[in-house]
Amino acid sequence: MNTREQNRTWFFKGMKDGIPIAMGYFAVAFALGIAAKKAGMTASQAGIMSITMLASAGQYGAITVIAGGGGYVRMAVTTLIVNLRYLLMSCALSQKVDPNLGLRHRFLLSYPVTDEIFGIAMAVPGRLNPFYNYGAATVAAPGWTLGAILGASAGAILPQKVENALSVALYGMFLAIIIPAGKKNRTVAGIVAIAMMSSFLFTKIPVLGEISSGMQIIVLTVLISGAVAVFFPVREESEGGEPGEP
Amino acid sequence: MNHRIELYLVIAAVTIYLIRMLPMTLIRRDIKNPLIRSFLYYVPYVTLAVMTFPSILSATGSKISAWAGFLTGVILAYIDGNLFRVAICSCVVVYLAEVFFC
Repeated sequence: MNTREQNRTWFFKGMKDGIPIAMGYFAVAFALGIAAKKAGMTASQAGIMSITMLASAGQYGAITVIAGGGGYVRMAVTTLIVNLRYLLMSCALSQKVDPNLGLRHRFLLSYPVTDEIFGIAMAVPGRLNPFYNYGAATVAAPGWTLGAILGASAGAILPQKVENALSVALYGMFLAIIIPAGKKNRTVAGIVAIAMMSSFLFTKIPVLGEISSGMQIIVLTVLISGAVAVFFPVREESEGGEPGEP
Repeated sequence: MNHRIELYLVIAAVTIYLIRMLPMTLIRRDIKNPLIRSFLYYVPYVTLAVMTFPSILSATGSKISAWAGFLTGVILAYIDGNLFRVAICSCVVVYLAEVFFC
């Protein structure tokens, strides 16, 4: 059982490790705020979206649906597909905590499952004290939210060239996730290339080009991931989900 | 059909919370099915790749700066891999490209 003293120590440790995460979040959220504004959202809507979702790709997907005027069902399906990796992370995280951890903590711990907070939490030796994640989230979530609000409100004040430059931050972050993974695993490198070429073709081929971008994300993700999973299944291995060589 | 942004936000927030909450509360064992495991493993990479390209090419003021930002991101991600360094450097290169070439 964790004592109150231990919980406090872990909470502060989480806050400290959350500072660099918050700084990075701020910059990327700023770019998301600009994108939200372009989709017709207000600064407060961008802020509410950020604090409730706490997800870069997930929010970008949601903004895409709003911008394209897709239906509510499409919003739910896009959010589900784009954020499927959090399902995986939550599975892994559920193995990392004390099996007797109460439901209340499990509900709270589920909120800040992001790439970065998941990353530092899994790096903790032994069992995870949930207060570590609470500490990190206490610092990172405000940075994320504030960035989005400022991006959506002050984005318009910025010179056009600066705004253009910041719009790329999000894509840079995405590339920093997929390219190193492709470097380690040839199957991933292959599917990244196929995915990019396919989405490029979707915009060029007349009939397919009329499909909204939110729908394209769903269709391409399910088709490509499904096909690759059938032909190049991840070899059974230890935890972490690192696939074997094909 | 007219869609309310507030309702979009509620749907997105509830969906993403369920995705994170259900495994945490329901699953206490590893998923064993190799097909599902593989599918879930590949999904994020396909999604991020589809969302990045070719959208990035129309995110800036010109094709030149967009390509410069994209190639910087790819090369730096390959060499370095740090999320925030890659993001910031791509932004700087786009800015410089816009100042000097556009």
